[in-house]
This record gives sequence, structure tokens and C-alpha cells, in this order.
Amino acid sequence: MFAWSLELAWLIVLLPFAAFALIGLFLHRWPRLSAYLSILAIGLSFGLSVLVAAHVFLGGMQETFEVSMRWLAMPGLNVDMGLLIDGLTAVMLIVVTSVALLVQIYSWGYMHGDPGFSSYYAYQSVFAGAMLGLVLANNFGQLFVFWELVGLASYLLIGFWFGRHSAKNAAVKAFITNRVGDFGLLLGILFLQIIFGTLNFSGLAAEVAGYTNTAILIVVSILLLAGPIGKSAQFPLHVWLPDAMEGPTPVSALIHAATMVAAGVYLIARAFFIFSATPEVMMLIAVIGGFTALFAATIALVQNDIKRILAYSTLSQLGYMVMAMGIGAMTAGMFHLMTHAFFKSLLFLAAGSVIHAIAGEQDIWKMGRLKDKMPITTWTFVIGALALAGIPPLSGFWSKDEILLGAFAGGYTGLYLLGTLVAFMTAFYMFRLIFVVFFGSGKGVEKAHESPPVMTIPLIILAVMAVIAGFVGSPLMDYAFARFVTYPGAVHYEASTMVIAISSLVAIAGIGLAWAIYQKEWINHLQMRERFSGIYTLLYNKYYIDELYHWLGQRFVYGTAKALFWFDIYVVNGLVNGLAALTGGAGKVLRYTETGQVQTYAAYMLAGVIVIVGLVVLAGFALLI
Amino acid sequence: MSWTLLSVEIALAALGSVLLMLGLLLPEKGRRVMQPVAVIALLGILILGGGLYTAQYSLFNGNYQIDPFGSFFKLLFVAAGILVILSAGRYLERFEERVNEFYSFMIFALLGMVVMASAGELITLYIGLELMTVSFYILTAYLLQDKLSAEAGLKYLILGALSSAILLFGISLVYAVTGTTVIADMAAQFSMQPVMIAGIILILTGFAFKISLVPFHMWAPDIYQGAPIPVTAFLAVGSKAAAFAAMVRVFVIAFPVSTFDWPLLLAILAAITIVVGNLIALVQTDIKRLLAYSSIAQAGYIIVGLVAYNTYGLKGVLFYAMLYVFSNMGAFAAATIVEVETGSTDIKAFNGLARRSPMVAAIMTVCMLSLAGIPPTAGFVGKFYLFSGAIQADYLWLAFVGLIMSMISVYYYLKVAKAMYIGTNDDVSAIKPGKAVGAALWVCLAGTLLFGLYPGPLSNLAQVAIQIFL
Repeated sequence: MFAWSLELAWLIVLLPFAAFALIGLFLHRWPRLSAYLSILAIGLSFGLSVLVAAHVFLGGMQETFEVSMRWLAMPGLNVDMGLLIDGLTAVMLIVVTSVALLVQIYSWGYMHGDPGFSSYYAYQSVFAGAMLGLVLANNFGQLFVFWELVGLASYLLIGFWFGRHSAKNAAVKAFITNRVGDFGLLLGILFLQIIFGTLNFSGLAAEVAGYTNTAILIVVSILLLAGPIGKSAQFPLHVWLPDAMEGPTPVSALIHAATMVAAGVYLIARAFFIFSATPEVMMLIAVIGGFTALFAATIALVQNDIKRILAYSTLSQLGYMVMAMGIGAMTAGMFHLMTHAFFKSLLFLAAGSVIHAIAGEQDIWKMGRLKDKMPITTWTFVIGALALAGIPPLSGFWSKDEILLGAFAGGYTGLYLLGTLVAFMTAFYMFRLIFVVFFGSGKGVEKAHESPPVMTIPLIILAVMAVIAGFVGSPLMDYAFARFVTYPGAVHYEASTMVIAISSLVAIAGIGLAWAIYQKEWINHLQMRERFSGIYTLLYNKYYIDELYHWLGQRFVYGTAKALFWFDIYVVNGLVNGLAALTGGAGKVLRYTETGQVQTYAAYMLAGVIVIVGLVVLAGFALLI
Repeated sequence: MSWTLLSVEIALAALGSVLLMLGLLLPEKGRRVMQPVAVIALLGILILGGGLYTAQYSLFNGNYQIDPFGSFFKLLFVAAGILVILSAGRYLERFEERVNEFYSFMIFALLGMVVMASAGELITLYIGLELMTVSFYILTAYLLQDKLSAEAGLKYLILGALSSAILLFGISLVYAVTGTTVIADMAAQFSMQPVMIAGIILILTGFAFKISLVPFHMWAPDIYQGAPIPVTAFLAVGSKAAAFAAMVRVFVIAFPVSTFDWPLLLAILAAITIVVGNLIALVQTDIKRLLAYSSIAQAGYIIVGLVAYNTYGLKGVLFYAMLYVFSNMGAFAAATIVEVETGSTDIKAFNGLARRSPMVAAIMTVCMLSLAGIPPTAGFVGKFYLFSGAIQADYLWLAFVGLIMSMISVYYYLKVAKAMYIGTNDDVSAIKPGKAVGAALWVCLAGTLLFGLYPGPLSNLAQVAIQIFL
């Protein structure tokens, strides 16, 4: 069924890129046309992705589908461009194209009247193309190219309002932070090429299985891991993601919540055969993920900016997914990636709807009682938050439960407790936000209004997805998800009533606590803040990590830079200028050979012949003697 | 044998004659149809040549070879011819009523190149070379009122005759030793003696003149500057590529490296050429002279591939010759537009071009970057093949010379880009190149980027072409 769609899969990548090229080259003067084209392209990609996924999931495709063509060949290095389609790819295709489509439609309303409307859609298209190219790549070389392209698109979109100083700085920060991770990833890829002689995923899988040098494998895995740590904003490279919220809110929803930041998790899943080969690296992944989950959740407890709360929540949830990878629950991690993409983009878009309604205000304490004026936004946000908190039977419940089950049944008790604690915090900070912004006793914002249908309809669709997307991986549908996204040797644990009960209870407890403090105000949160002012300040300032990096940068990078600057000015420049003067001078002297006299030219030619013949004959004699 | 094997040559001869007669028959206004007729006919011939690409026959007892190597160059010449005719555009108005013969001479020069690339015998090769060169003597002096053009024509005639004499002398010496002029039969008769070496060096000199290797390059800047700019472009890409084709065929097949180490000799010449060409280019202020010295340096790079004498190197020669057509023609097309618009060939005339015509400036920049060898343009891939070949053949020093001088060359290539983007001009009126020139520019851009981003197909074509040497 729909097997022909596989042959057309390359169009999924190409259509958005074509839209980008057309807008960038020809259509940028017509904003509406640019937007239509961009939406049309991603819409067609979505349609094709649905067909591909239908073929994979319903048509019972057993084998993975792979096509490949040689892109670059040289001794010792062959880079292919290809497509790899299996269950993992199909899930990512659906997630990326559906969220991107909805976000682009939503942006029509959100970005309306912006002077950079066409560029915005051009960037959206290039992002969509790059992200789809990334998930369809069949080798590390191609993956890296698209990996960098999504980084570029993210940079362009974070700094979209480059007139604002903070947006510009945030874009630069995101780019530089990612560069640290990408450098590791590139080194890892080069190591793979050197050691195994191939970058193809299936080729590598066969090679790695028979490889015995654990030490080298650990080094390579850690280098590769640097990529996901940067892209998926794991500790200690998490600092860029909260700042990335300077971009337009639909961008935060698509790129910095649902898709691009998930690329790191996807990479771990795609290259799971490498990471899972060494238990040490798996443990490292689990610990990084778990730590990030907890660390970010604590920061989210005290933030006041609606988008930053969601950003730290994203960090925390990404940590969850990475932790799932580390404990071997790859399927659960990918499942959570999928459900998270839907409910987190819903939350961001709903937050965008709020910000749009009240003229760009992002401080939650300046909002209040919005439920009367913005009912659709309010209730879709609540659905998203319930899904995120893990309340049954919404999607987040099933996926979070799978991860906790994996930790519990896999014997990682520490991580299980940590995960449960994070689940409690998540429920608390999300409902803190909801009670303050949408309910609460505040006087409310006078001029607030519900957003137009072009924005609310995507919210409703995403809300429906946030409710139902979890069923595909639930016992109700016989764990259908796990049948398609899995790896050889995966263990599946039977659902544990205790895990389900505890995780649901802590989520409800978190909501209840938030209700008590922020709705009923039984406990005065300002007094709490006073009493724990030390912890509060530490959390509010994000553990001073940014300040630490800044200090380190000042000390070491600027110091080194100063020394190098001196060297550059006095030594390198001197040498370079000297050489330039020398070459330029040589050119000036040599041009005098060109006299314009035809006799001279003929003389040079004949002299040249004579000298060459003479030299060769002399050399010949020298050889004879 | 079937005459269809020679269809490209026959079609070109017919086209040249038909154009000549059309010029006599058509009234004044009929001249306008000449350009489309020539371009469409050449496109047809391009397809014809493409269809014969893999044919391999030896005709007239080995005097004429139909093989992929020759076919590769045939496609190259015809493509270059099309681009020259398209990009000439409004410049041709200067030729007034003599424009008809201009097309004929172009086509006859093209036929000469085709014969050179396919000749299996030295005299046939020489006849092709003379057909091409004589056409160029006339084309160079085509601007009758322009003193520089007339001077260039005369200089080219005198020096060209000298180089032909040297080449013929070399051929006669080699014939004296081997008793044959058929290239394929020579290696068997090869014997190492001073006369033979003198013959080889004289033949080398004849070719070196055509591809402007130092010290046989001195004609190039004067003639490039004086000749009408479309002729300069055709000289730089077509005439040079034809000499490369003939040289590779003669040297690789006829002169065994084991007895005479001509690659070493060529390596020294290539190194001197790369250094001198690039250094003098640094101080040029005229775009035609700049491109002349650049083309001298580029010839040095291409020779590196012949020096390497292995798969990579020979493939590099073909690959580079092809991409050079697109990158160099793009630069010349832009220079033509600027000359038509401002009447000047000074680099200052490019000032502010980025504002006057962003498209032309952008394409010129890409072509310049390609000539400098910056990725992702085709020039990078071409240099990569050439220098990899040299390194494999243990000519590491030559690859180093090439790399360092490539770095230096970036300076003068970007000087043009700087003028276009940073330079200011009092005249800010928009420049609108004609449709034909625009098409030529876009084709050049497409070729330059496509071969850079996806070199596979062209690389495969070159691979097929060099099979005859392996």
C-alpha cells in the first residue's frame, strides 16, 4: 500500500527547499504569495509523509527502505546522499511536517503585518527542509550537513527581530553554544569514518557490532554525544535555549520545543547501536539527561516570563527523553519526543496567542483572569498542561509512564525517583502558570481578546493531538508504537500499576499544591519567597551558570584573545604585509618584461626553446656520465 | 565506416558556409536572425556530439580518431561557442555589416578546434590548428577602426606564424626519427637521441605557445587586450582547450615517459607559469589584461594534471577545462556588459556594479570565486582533482606551488568583487543586459555551481574520456 510514496520521499525534503529558493530569489516582494507557497510546500510534504507513514505502519513494511547515490568520492572517503525510511523516520516525518504545517498556518495570524513576513516564511521553509533532510539521512555525512542547516535556520529565526539587541545576542549565543557541541559531533563522525571506513548507518551498525576496542568506542560515543548535548540543550550546553525565546513565539514552538531540539534525541535513537554498545556511555547519557530534567525543572519553578517557564520545561522534558535513551528505553524516549512535540508546541502557540492578545507582554504577574476573554486559548493551554503533567489518559501520561516504567523495571531506582520528583515539579510549575495567567484573582487585562481563527484552529487541532497521540503507544492499542520504533534486543516491561498510580498521584498533588497557593492563596507565595530567599535567588538566576560562563569567557577567552591579538598585529601582520609587499613588488618588476615589442616576444620564445633544449641535453649528458 | 561518425565536423563545416552565404543573401535587417540561427544550430550539434559520445572508431588508417576523449572536447568547444555567441550580445553592433562573417569565422575556428581534438596524426592536427589560428588572426583584428585591435591582429599573426614554424620543425624532426606521423604508431619507433628530444621540445613549444605557458606567453596579454572581447573569450577558453586536447593526446600516447621524463620538464614550466602569471596579474588594472594573466596562471594549473599523468590528473585536466569554460565565460560575459555600457575595460568601470545590476555582479563574483578555487564552486573541485593527482604522482612541491599561488590569486579576483560591491560610481543608472547575455550568464552560473556541488556526472564523463589512455 502506498509503496509508490517511498519513491517520492525525496520530494518531502525538496519541496520546502524549493519554496525557500523561490521566495528568496523571486517572491520576497509579495508577502502573501510567499506565505501561501511556503504553506503549500509544507502541506504537500505533510501529505506525502502521511502516505509514507501509512505505508510503514499500516502496510506492514518489514524492511527498511534505503536509496542512496554517491555525492562525493575520493580515496578514503565516500559521502552519499540518500534516504532511509523506517519506523523511526516515519514517526519523525509525521511530527515535523504536521507541527511545521500548523505553525506556519498559525504564523499567518501571529506575524501579520511584520515587515519581514516573506523572509520569515523563507526561513521557516529552509528550516522545514533541513529538518526533514536530517531525519531522512541515511548516513552521518548527510546528517551533519542538515544538522548544521537547522542550526543556521534556528540562528536566523532567533535573531529574526534583529533590531532588538537581546534577540541579536541570543542568536549569537545559540550559534556559538551549538558550535561547541557540533565540533564534538564532527570529530566523532570523522573518527567513525577513519575507524570503520563508512558513514552509512546500516553499514556502521554491522561494523560496530563486531568491534571490540571498547576504549575507542567510548571516546567516539562521547564525541558524538556532544552534538545532541548542544542541539538538545542538555547540561552544560543548555544555556542557549532559554535565550532563544527571543525569537517569534511560533518559532519557539516549532524549532525550540517540538522539532529541532528533539534532533539530538533523534540522533541518539538513530545511532543507538553505537551508544548502546558501551554501558559506560549509556550511564553517562542517563545521568546527563536525568540531571538536566531535575535542574531545569527547579529553575522553572520560579521564573516569571511565560515563555521562559515553557523553555525550562522543554529543557526538563528533553532531559527526560535523553535519560530514557540512557537507560535503554529508546522506544519510550522517542514516544515521549512525539507526544511532547504535540503538547509543547500547543503550549507555546497558546502562550503566543496570549502574548499576541496583550501587546507583547510576557510577565505572568501582569496577566490574569484571561479565561473569560480568551476561552479557546485558555482551555487548549489547560489540555496541553494536563498532557505535560501526565494526567491520564492524555498523551503525556502514556509516554512519561513508559519512561518511568523503564527506569523502575530496569533497576534504575535513583533515576526513577528523580523522574517522579520532576513529574511533581512539572505539574506544579505548569499549574502555577495557569492559575496566575488564566484564572487567579487578579483584575485581568482590559484589552485582551481572543485570537483570530487562523491561530485558534491550529491550537484546537494540536489540543486534539495532545489528547489522543498517546494511545498509539498505550496498552489500549497493544503498544503499536513499540513495534515500529525499536532496536534489536529491546526489552519491553509489562505495565506496573504501582508506577502508574504513583506518577498520576504526584501529578495531581503538584496541581493541587499550585491550586492551593496561587488560586486559593492558602499559602502566601510572597512569604515563601522571603523565607527561602537564598534558594529562590539561586533558582531565579538559573544557578548563575550564565554568569559563570561569562566569567570564564572573560578570564580565559578574552585573555588568550588579547595575547593572540598582540601576536597578530605585530608578528603576523608584519610577516603578511612584508610578503604582500614582496609579491606585489615582484609583480611590478615582472610586468616590465611585457614591453609590447613583438621582436622582444619572439626573442623570449626562441631563447626559451634554446634554454630548454640546452638544459635537457646537459641533463642527459650528466645522466650518461 | 559510417559518415555519421563525422557528423559533428560535417555539420560545423556546413553551418559555417551557410552562415557566410546567409550574410550575402539576407537584407540588412536579416542580420538579426544570424545569432539565433547560429545558437540553435550549435545546440543541435551539441546534441549530435552528445549522441556520439561513447563511439570509438579509428578512421583513415588512424589519421582521425573518434573516441570519448575527442568527443568530450567537442562538447566543450561547442558549448564555449554557444556561450561566446550569446554573450557577445550588443557588442557585435560594432562590427556593423561584417557581423555575418564574424559568425562564420567563429564556426570555422570551432571546426579547427574539433579537428585538433580528434586528430590521430600530426599533419591532420596541424591543419586543424592552422584552421583555428588563421580564423583567429582575422577575428583578432576585427575592430578595423581600433588601433589596438589591428596591432593585436598583426602581433598574433607574426608570433603565431613563428610558433607554427617551431611546431612544424618539431614534427619534421620527430618524423625523421620515427618515420611516421601517426600518433599511435610513434611510441613503437621511439628511440632516445638528441634529435628526438629536440623534436619533442619543439612540439612542446608549439603547444605551449597556444596555451600560453611562460616563457611563450608574452603574446597573450597584448592580444587579449586588443582583440574584441568575445574573441578574447573564445581564445581564452576554446583555443586553449584545443591545444590541451592535442597536447594530452600526443604526449600521453606518442612519447613514453619511461624513456624521456617530459613530465618533469612540464612540471618546471607549469610552476614558472603559475608563479609568473599570478604575480603579474596582481598589478593589472585592466580587466582584459587581468583575465589574460589569470588565464596564463590557469593554464599552469591545468598542465599540473598532465604532469601528474595519472587518473586523477588527466581527469582533472578534462574537468578543469570544462569548468573553465563556464567560469571564464561568465567573467567575460560580465566584462562584455560593462564594456558595452561604459566603453571602458578598466577595473574601475566595475565600480558600483552591484547596485547597477545585482545579478551581473553576483554572477561575476561567483565566477571569480570559482577561478580562485573557493568551494562550493566548480573551481575548487577542479583544483582538488589536479593537485590530488600531482600529490599521488609525487609532485608534492608542484602542488604546494599551486596552492600558495592560488591563495595569492584570491587577491586579484576579489579586487574585482570589491570594485563591484564597495566601489562607488557617479553613474548609478541600472544596467539591463540583453536576454541573450542574460541567458549566457545564467548558464555560466549554473555550470559553475552545479559542477561544484554535484561533480559526479562531469567527473564520470571525464573518466570515460580518459579510458583511452589507461
